[in-house]
Amino acid sequence: MIGAALLDAPARWGHLDWALAVVTAWLLIGVAGVFALRRLKLVARVLFPIGGACGLLLFGVALSAIGAPPEASVLPIGLPSLPFHFRLDSLSAFFLLVIGSVSAGVSAFAAGYFRKGEGTPPGLLALEYHLFLASMVLVVLADDAYAFMVMWETMALSSFFLVTANHRIVEIQRAGYIYLLVAHVGAIGILLCFGVLQANTGDYTFANMRALELSPFWASIAFLLALFGFGAKAGLLPLHVWLPEAHPAAPSPVSALMSGVMLKTALYGVLRVLFDLLHMQVWWWGVLLLAVGLATALFGVVFAAAQVDMKRLLAYSSIENIGLMFAGIGLSVLFSAYGMRPMAALALTAVLYHVASHAFFKSLLFVGTGSVLHATGERNLGKLGGLIRFMPWVAWITLLAVLASAGLPPFGGFVSEWLLLQSFLFSPGLPSSFLNMLIPVVAALIALIAALAGYTMVKFFGVIFLGQPREDKLAQAHDASGWERIGMLWLAGGCIGLGLLPVQFIAVIDPVTRILVGAGLGKTVGDGGWLLVPVSIERASYGPAIFLLGVAASFALAFLLVRFFYHGRLRRSPPWDCGYPWQNGRMQDTAEGFGQPIRQIFEPFFRMERELPSPFDTAPHYRVKVGDHFWHWLYLPVARLVKRLADLIGLLQQGRISVYLLYGFLTLVTVLMVVKQ
Amino acid sequence: MTRLGVVSQLLEIGLALLLAPLLSGWINQCRAWLQNKSAPGFLQPYRLLHKLFNKESVVAEHASPLFRSAPYIVFGCMALACAIVPTLSTDLPLSPAADAIALVGLFALARVFISLAAMDIGTSFGTLGARREMLIGFLAEPALLMVLFSASLISKSTSLTTIVETLAHRDMAIYPSLAFAGVAFTMVSLAENARVPVDNPATHLELTMIHEALILEYSGRHLALLEWAASLKLFAYSCTGLALFFPWGVAEAEAPLALLVAMPMLVLKLAIGGALLAFLETLSAKMRIFRVPEFLATAFLLAVIGLLVNILVGA
Repeated sequence: MIGAALLDAPARWGHLDWALAVVTAWLLIGVAGVFALRRLKLVARVLFPIGGACGLLLFGVALSAIGAPPEASVLPIGLPSLPFHFRLDSLSAFFLLVIGSVSAGVSAFAAGYFRKGEGTPPGLLALEYHLFLASMVLVVLADDAYAFMVMWETMALSSFFLVTANHRIVEIQRAGYIYLLVAHVGAIGILLCFGVLQANTGDYTFANMRALELSPFWASIAFLLALFGFGAKAGLLPLHVWLPEAHPAAPSPVSALMSGVMLKTALYGVLRVLFDLLHMQVWWWGVLLLAVGLATALFGVVFAAAQVDMKRLLAYSSIENIGLMFAGIGLSVLFSAYGMRPMAALALTAVLYHVASHAFFKSLLFVGTGSVLHATGERNLGKLGGLIRFMPWVAWITLLAVLASAGLPPFGGFVSEWLLLQSFLFSPGLPSSFLNMLIPVVAALIALIAALAGYTMVKFFGVIFLGQPREDKLAQAHDASGWERIGMLWLAGGCIGLGLLPVQFIAVIDPVTRILVGAGLGKTVGDGGWLLVPVSIERASYGPAIFLLGVAASFALAFLLVRFFYHGRLRRSPPWDCGYPWQNGRMQDTAEGFGQPIRQIFEPFFRMERELPSPFDTAPHYRVKVGDHFWHWLYLPVARLVKRLADLIGLLQQGRISVYLLYGFLTLVTVLMVVKQ
Repeated sequence: MTRLGVVSQLLEIGLALLLAPLLSGWINQCRAWLQNKSAPGFLQPYRLLHKLFNKESVVAEHASPLFRSAPYIVFGCMALACAIVPTLSTDLPLSPAADAIALVGLFALARVFISLAAMDIGTSFGTLGARREMLIGFLAEPALLMVLFSASLISKSTSLTTIVETLAHRDMAIYPSLAFAGVAFTMVSLAENARVPVDNPATHLELTMIHEALILEYSGRHLALLEWAASLKLFAYSCTGLALFFPWGVAEAEAPLALLVAMPMLVLKLAIGGALLAFLETLSAKMRIFRVPEFLATAFLLAVIGLLVNILVGA
């Protein structure tokens, strides 16, 4: 009877129930992992693929939930009389779409990736991994501050344990510590933000916050707190330091999830607070977001270009992309502050598009580095090279992500960049002439950042996969395993799909911009057919499919005609290199060499310590350490201050029991005196 | 899509493919005249292409398929670029597929592929060339984008055909923003097409070359395709410049006769433009690679000033 009811129930389930079912399934998989703690085969080949299938299911649920009316439910878990509220609207559904689709690919990859456990028993890793996924889904679904914060912390903690999977290595411990620290500093900001948003009503549900009207002053306070709190998670400028530490430390599928998906939950938080919980947008919020976003993006891309560790490079590139997304949000706020809703929708569409495409290409890049790391044991670009010959699968699939990440047509990264630049071209319509003057500078910066991203990606791909191997052992590198290929192909499919089908995807995310800024591109875009037309065909259009067809057709025609009129003869020989026969792998440009022009041009950005050999050195050594000014200007002074305060407090600690008894006595006397009065 | 549109589209691609080597030859001819040298004749690029296509391709032993496909991809990109820039007519069926921003993206795509291919063999010159090419690329690309933005702010559109139509119908007044943009554009095209102050197309001196270092390992048909693509790129850039700054004479929709007028106009404009380019190259000296960022930053700044002027003055 109960069984029949259970079997019958799914037919009546709403989208929210299905999403919660996926969460439950993930939690069960995690628990199963604990029971199969050290049975790697079972965990990797069975549990992770099932988790990936659940991700696919979530993807499907989210796809049908976008545009559907919001669903809410109250679950009697948590504290008594303080249940969890959940709500699924189009904004949540969009982020569920990203989480589901990307995690499906990453889980499939992880099935092949975790081979001997990364210092943590595989079963425990499965628990942490699936708990991490489940908490991200619940963050997006939470409809009261209490549930949100609990899930937010669960997300931070589970990812902390994943980052420190290899916890015996000192650098990884340090990375994990910094991550946890910044995550909690940020969480304080978010907590305070919710405190401001509930405006002394004592009701922390989002429904209540939505109903309240805050004064501009308090709204601004809430906005600044949200920017600080979510900015810490997203890696905005002064709070970015954990990203380049945590990403290289974590196992690659985890870095992929953190960079591809977890950073986006911070973006979700900002969107939720800015456009849903607050009812106003003030123009200077937009300017602040633009400034912080662009500074972050420029900083990130310049640092990415100078890195020599492949995962650090990608981490900095994530900082860049997050910066661009925040700049887009800033533009959207600016437009909606002046009531220009269609333009706000255009900028917001660019942001959401970039959220999705960055999720795919960055996860793919991270899992690609994971395969390289497994095959070679090297993260240092200076010791890689020529892997396209030993690992063709990984190389060619990664190439797609590299092109998408470089913002090149016809891939996903270009569409969002294109939309963002389009929305900038509308900004001369803003009523403030001061803002109008800012716009060209901003657009120029975005163009520069995009071009630098191309430089970085050529360096990344060229140094790892092309050229000659810089070490002998690279010749033994093995290609990705079957599960890894499946995961990578799925993610690559996402990159290509987002690149070629912008019209269809924008139609999908149309309801999201509608609920946030009250306008959408779906109608105009839908009329364009295969062309992406944000406003009108005379104004701008872009047809990636036709574009690709054009290049491919010229490719094929050139290939065939050359063979038809001439010949296809080919001879293999040693490389020419201007007739220099003693060429070897060590003579190629290294990662340092490739980054050198960037270091020279953007010198003030870096804190460089150089050790140059003297001309008379018999064993010359060249060393350069590229550091981050923020460490020295912000973090180390703060750390020193904390240490000094701690030392002062330490004076109290004498270590003798009589002194502590004296403290106790004095406290007692003081308390008694106070009570007496 | 009208039948005339298809005709003018095909005509434009065909003309670009045929005329591009001639433009390179003409520039070399002019330069030789100006420098008091004897020129090989402006049909020389065709002979070169014919010779290279006939030769067998010698490819390094460990070259990956990326190396062999890059010339075709670069050629495809440049052919598409020539197809979407309105040179003869603004009634082009392919043009809506890529606007000004996508055109910049198209050039970037080609640049990334040629740089990756140069890194594929793993010689020191190849990687050096790739690094320098990407360096120039990331400096020139934003400047080019800013130039195109100046034009699109005037015409309220990034669609190349709309830009040309709007600019062709404007009064014969000088737009201050376009003046800035024009100077910036000239500087960018010199850098992007490996012309003299930045790169020297005639040199094979290892330490100074950029474009030649990239294609050092190529031979036979691959080299021919790359050379052809390079001249197509120069052609596309010249046509973009003409379209932005001298758009008069380009045919519009429903005007088959104008198409016939447009062709000699284009040849005339290109001939004058090519001679001016040769003149500029003769006047200037090749600069050190680390002066190039300053040169391109100036172009970038000029383009941004152009954009600012546009917003302030509204013209």
